[in-house]
Amino acid sequence: MARHVVAASSEIAPGDRKLVDAGGRAIVIFNLGGEFFALANRCPHQAGELHKGKLCGLVRSPEPGVYEYTREGEMIRCPWHSWEFDVRTGKSWCDPARIRTRRYDVKVEHGADLVEGPYVAETFKVAIENDYLVIDV
Amino acid sequence: MTRESLHPDPERATNRLCVIDCDIHPKTSMEDLKPFMARHWWDTLDTFGARPRHGFASGFPYPKAQPQAARRDSWPPSGGLPGSDLKFMRDQLLDFYDLDYGIMNFLSPTGQGFQNSDLSVAMAYAANEAARVRWTGPEKRLKASIVVPYEDGEESAKEITRLAGMPDYVQVQMLSRTSELAGKKRYWPIYEAASAHGLPVSFHVFGYSGWPSTSGGWASYYIEEMAEHCTSCQSLLASLVIEGVFERFPRLKVVLIEAGFAWLPALAYRLDRNWLRLRAETPHLKRRPSEYIREHVFVTTQPMEEPEKPEHLMDVLDWIGFDRILFATDYPHWDFDDPRHALPAALTPSQRRMILSENARKLYGFP
Repeated sequence: MARHVVAASSEIAPGDRKLVDAGGRAIVIFNLGGEFFALANRCPHQAGELHKGKLCGLVRSPEPGVYEYTREGEMIRCPWHSWEFDVRTGKSWCDPARIRTRRYDVKVEHGADLVEGPYVAETFKVAIENDYLVIDV
Repeated sequence: MTRESLHPDPERATNRLCVIDCDIHPKTSMEDLKPFMARHWWDTLDTFGARPRHGFASGFPYPKAQPQAARRDSWPPSGGLPGSDLKFMRDQLLDFYDLDYGIMNFLSPTGQGFQNSDLSVAMAYAANEAARVRWTGPEKRLKASIVVPYEDGEESAKEITRLAGMPDYVQVQMLSRTSELAGKKRYWPIYEAASAHGLPVSFHVFGYSGWPSTSGGWASYYIEEMAEHCTSCQSLLASLVIEGVFERFPRLKVVLIEAGFAWLPALAYRLDRNWLRLRAETPHLKRRPSEYIREHVFVTTQPMEEPEKPEHLMDVLDWIGFDRILFATDYPHWDFDDPRHALPAALTPSQRRMILSENARKLYGFP
């Protein structure tokens, strides 16, 4: 595992995202209210570049006619086919039926209490060290 | 990005993987059409506006999932609408995937389906002229579909005859929702002219015919409209077959664009079964409906059905015929398909080549 310093933390304001290169891997880093999260910049569906997507919330509906807009700015929506990923975990909300092996690989370790899709954009741990963002790849 | 990096497989690295994209949507503006429209029609548009068949004053009958229904990364740096900038289209599509050819289908402004038939004729003419100036002239890989004012069969035939033979135009473009079913006689002049000139007729999904898009009226959601293309294309295809269009115009080729295709074998099976029992009703049909479909009809890939078990998609492709499937990206729209990733992994190299380029090369007569 190699550590890559990819950006100064001040480069990414809350609500923003930045595309970085870590050892040849294209990675997009998000700032959610001061917390940093990183995802592979590649949608697992057809490889759309996630850093060009829209950050949105998660609309929940307990029953028809009742809507809840939750987690504003925490879901990245692929610019191509609108597959949505949880910025915090990389987990997909879009297509529960496909690429099950990936789902099993990654999802189990995250205990989010939402009903979640099965598979995961590759995630990287991001740490702040002396005001720099460092990624373990 | 090089070919080799896209295709690390040694066989493919040495044998260039050719791609012909059968559904590209360039955006031509009203200003582009203006030089080719008589002053009268320009004033009409300025003063009264367009008059589509559906009852909405402006905007789409259904909101799209993304602005302009476009990939969010397809807005050109130059500032125009997605698909409006040739240089950016080269960067993002033609050069990026090293396309051999791209077939352009124009969605608006074209005047197709307008209530005012004469305006529809004038706009189709202007759209076809602008296609040459804006796109096929400067970029030889791009080929245009001839926009026809399809609700007026005779005028459409004139427009086809005017442009046929020019290398810029390779097919005739209709939309899937017509004001009568596509096999009706009012549209026959289109099929006659197109087949006489060796041009396939494409039906791209959408268009607003003035009728609700389902037999139960207007659906509530965009997702229902997206799924409805399967049913409207079944109706139009059944009509083409049963009205005897392929019997009357035996050289006619039809391309169904963006309608999916998993429904096609089921429709053919059902038509065949009923035809065997009901032959007396349609004595002008000499062969099973499925035979006409198999011989005359092509489908584009995007957006493909994505069944839970990928082998089911392979079965469907096999039932339709691997030689009838044409690859399409739908650039710059949001449901774009990437030629590197969209096709099933189980295809043999030969089947993949057929779908990605060889079928289209044969159909459109490309070298």
